[in-house]
Amino acid sequence: MALHLRSSSSLLKSTLLNILRQNLGFGSRSHVTRHIRQNLPHDPPLRGSRNPIRRFCNTVAEPETLSSFGQHEDASNHQVMDFPGGKVAFTPEIRFISESDSDRVPCYRVLDDNGQLITNSQFVQVSEEVAVKIYSDMVTLQIMDNIFYEAQRQGRLSFYATAIGEEAINIASAAALTPQDVIFPQYREPGVLLWRGFTLQEFANQCFGNKSDYGKGRQMPVHYGSNKLNYFTVSATIATQLPNAVGAAYSLKMDRKDACAVTYFGDGGTSEGDFHAALNFAAVMEAPVIFICRNNGWAISTPTSDQFRSDGVVVKGRAYGIRSIRVDGNDALAMYSAVHTARGMAISEQRPILIEALTYRVGHHSTSDDSTRYRSSDEIEWWNKARNPLSRFRTWIESNGWWSDEAESDLRSRIKKEMLEALRVAEKTEKPNLKNMFSDVYDVPPSNLMEQELLVRQTVNSHPQDYPSDVPL
Amino acid sequence: MSAILLQGAGAGAATALSPFNSIDPNKLVVPSRSSLSVRSKRYIVAGSDSKSFGSSLIVRRSEPLIPNAVAAKADTAASSTSSKPGHELLLFEALQEGLEEEMDRDPHVCVMGEDVGHYGGSYKVTKGLADKFGDLRVLDTPICENAFTGMGIGAAMTGLRPVIEGMNMGFLLLAFNQISNNCGMLHYTSGGQFTIPVVIRGPGGVGRQLGAEHSQRLESYFQSIPGIQMVACSTPYNAKGLMKAAIRSENPVILFEHVLLYNLKESIPDEEYICNLEEAEMVRPGEHITILTYSRMRYHVMQAAKTLVNKGYDPEVIDIRSLKPFDLYTIGNSVKKTHRVLIVEECMRTGGIGASLTAAINENFHDYLDAPVMCLSSQDVPTPYAGTLEEWTVVQPAQIVTAVEQLCQ
Repeated sequence: MALHLRSSSSLLKSTLLNILRQNLGFGSRSHVTRHIRQNLPHDPPLRGSRNPIRRFCNTVAEPETLSSFGQHEDASNHQVMDFPGGKVAFTPEIRFISESDSDRVPCYRVLDDNGQLITNSQFVQVSEEVAVKIYSDMVTLQIMDNIFYEAQRQGRLSFYATAIGEEAINIASAAALTPQDVIFPQYREPGVLLWRGFTLQEFANQCFGNKSDYGKGRQMPVHYGSNKLNYFTVSATIATQLPNAVGAAYSLKMDRKDACAVTYFGDGGTSEGDFHAALNFAAVMEAPVIFICRNNGWAISTPTSDQFRSDGVVVKGRAYGIRSIRVDGNDALAMYSAVHTARGMAISEQRPILIEALTYRVGHHSTSDDSTRYRSSDEIEWWNKARNPLSRFRTWIESNGWWSDEAESDLRSRIKKEMLEALRVAEKTEKPNLKNMFSDVYDVPPSNLMEQELLVRQTVNSHPQDYPSDVPL
Repeated sequence: MSAILLQGAGAGAATALSPFNSIDPNKLVVPSRSSLSVRSKRYIVAGSDSKSFGSSLIVRRSEPLIPNAVAAKADTAASSTSSKPGHELLLFEALQEGLEEEMDRDPHVCVMGEDVGHYGGSYKVTKGLADKFGDLRVLDTPICENAFTGMGIGAAMTGLRPVIEGMNMGFLLLAFNQISNNCGMLHYTSGGQFTIPVVIRGPGGVGRQLGAEHSQRLESYFQSIPGIQMVACSTPYNAKGLMKAAIRSENPVILFEHVLLYNLKESIPDEEYICNLEEAEMVRPGEHITILTYSRMRYHVMQAAKTLVNKGYDPEVIDIRSLKPFDLYTIGNSVKKTHRVLIVEECMRTGGIGASLTAAINENFHDYLDAPVMCLSSQDVPTPYAGTLEEWTVVQPAQIVTAVEQLCQ
């Protein structure tokens, strides 16, 4: 290991410092020189980087600059200590960092409650075409949710979970991404699929589990997945998709793709270990992933005050070394701008970004829940009417002359008709064949599964009256 | 060592429901099972009996006994029919060789785990790989098994082929959620849209005074998970072969290594080969009794076999290697020949591999048994630290000899 002598300071002091550095592990320069790498994927631009020890991207060791750590030379204390992880200044005062700031982190918004553009607001401009598509898809999502929910109540569907109140998060975030960005949803983000072109019929097929369902009828409703639209199949377990997203980001980083991974989760999901681990990993790995938290106030019946005691989710980003922002999730324009900017940063700087989108879950957790048991219906009504994301954005696009009442009623009646037709067709479509119960467990069914399928078929043959008539054999 | 060239076409998989009856037992190659791992590519596949290659397909009888329980030096068994000299290495080096070859061959193969990069892995299986392939492709992760297993799964769904290392198999209990709910399921629940070709590997089993938490036998906990395959290696030869096969498989595969077997030395072929993931290995053909075992217990069994032969018995020893699914073809043929079965495992009595294997044999080969299936396992206790106690939680050769004598009365 080379001793790098500094010409300016005294030889003894610098030698001593260098010996210290070399004997310490991570964070010291010797660690970096030990790992001079060739054949690395890429050298991202170093602008804006405050971290002098960067891994996974350098082909030569970085020259260390003592001043980059901010040497503290106040009168009382000249000492700084080179602990593993970097220099730390000492203080003789016993002072605890407060558990919370006196002021909460402010929330980025562009449109006010009435849909008027706030003066001097910073936002990414959207074209008429994109804005109208955003609004139309928000309306479509709302209608789709309502109709599917009703269908479940009528007994036509077994289960459903709405995204009512969170349409802006769903659609505006999807609009700011490209089709190559890979999505790892929780289960309340069908709008992202909708934006990318999933048809109402395809949604209905999955909900009814018929033979046109891409999931071959194996999962419960709202567990959509589409590899061609880069939307990874919903897995019901909370927050398990976060490490998966980091892995996908890692894969994109290796391939040097101009794309990022995006993952969604709720406020409840941030309590899971996977959330913390995934954020930590993403930061260490410098992975291009955007973490979007839909903080909608409720995890089934658990309010956020019982979920965590920090100032929401945005402050947790800093704990892991992740750039974060808090956004008004019901402001489509702000969501669009935030995700657009985040994506740029994530890919060009190869870093994760955390976005906390504040919103409200207007619907029940799912059709198995009646949220009036734990919250007042007044509260629900207020958010549904006064804080509705659709009406705010509608005001804005109408003020630009891009929308009208006529367009609204045309759209709504068209979508409603399409939905009802999709439902009708999906309901009538045959279910997948029984063999799909055993296929895709592995790439090829092994002998034990073939035996088990035979047993099931034998049982069905001997008791045909107990077997559902709409599942072909 | 010449090997059999297999052009896997996946044919025969659909019809073989009772493969044991319909296939000529003299043929080394079995179509129905190999379709799982040998797809439309050409491989050099080593059949189960690694010792009888070449023109002779007849299972050999006059096998020299393995003199030591744990092979310290290269013995005659592995290289007796080699035409080429091969090269000698330790088991962990064989794993590393297999891994390196696959990483050379396919740029999508990557490694992730704790201390696998610059440190080279706690058991040196990934030594030198980070220097060669870069520290992004051989990735050091923070300590969260669930997270890096989840990462591997996400990366696999996006086209990579990660090899995920658990520093000790026991730590993968923390990754159970990702393995069970995502790894095993997502190919199925996505309707086949996403594949998860990961390899999850690591050392497990009872070591030398590693303590209860580091002596777990994860194969018994994982065996129920649908969608995954499990294999256990036991020699440098099958370690390299199984590692390569696991990486090439489209299914998620869990490769169980054993802490005490990493320094086994053997001579392995110079030319490329892989082992069939679903195949068991015939270690010692015999007539009187079938002894089924895997991983470290193979060596205890072989040591007991030495004693047994001196006492006049002729045990047939099979290293089952494939823990999920079981190679009921090889096992069934053996049972039909010997009519007596002894299972020797390291898992605990309750709910281990032995328990499932006992059930499978009883169900499928009941008519061929002259005696109840006997299973020797570890006791249902956490592994004690004290060396003397630890030794007695693991099945010893003396117990195996007694069990065989009992069964063969």
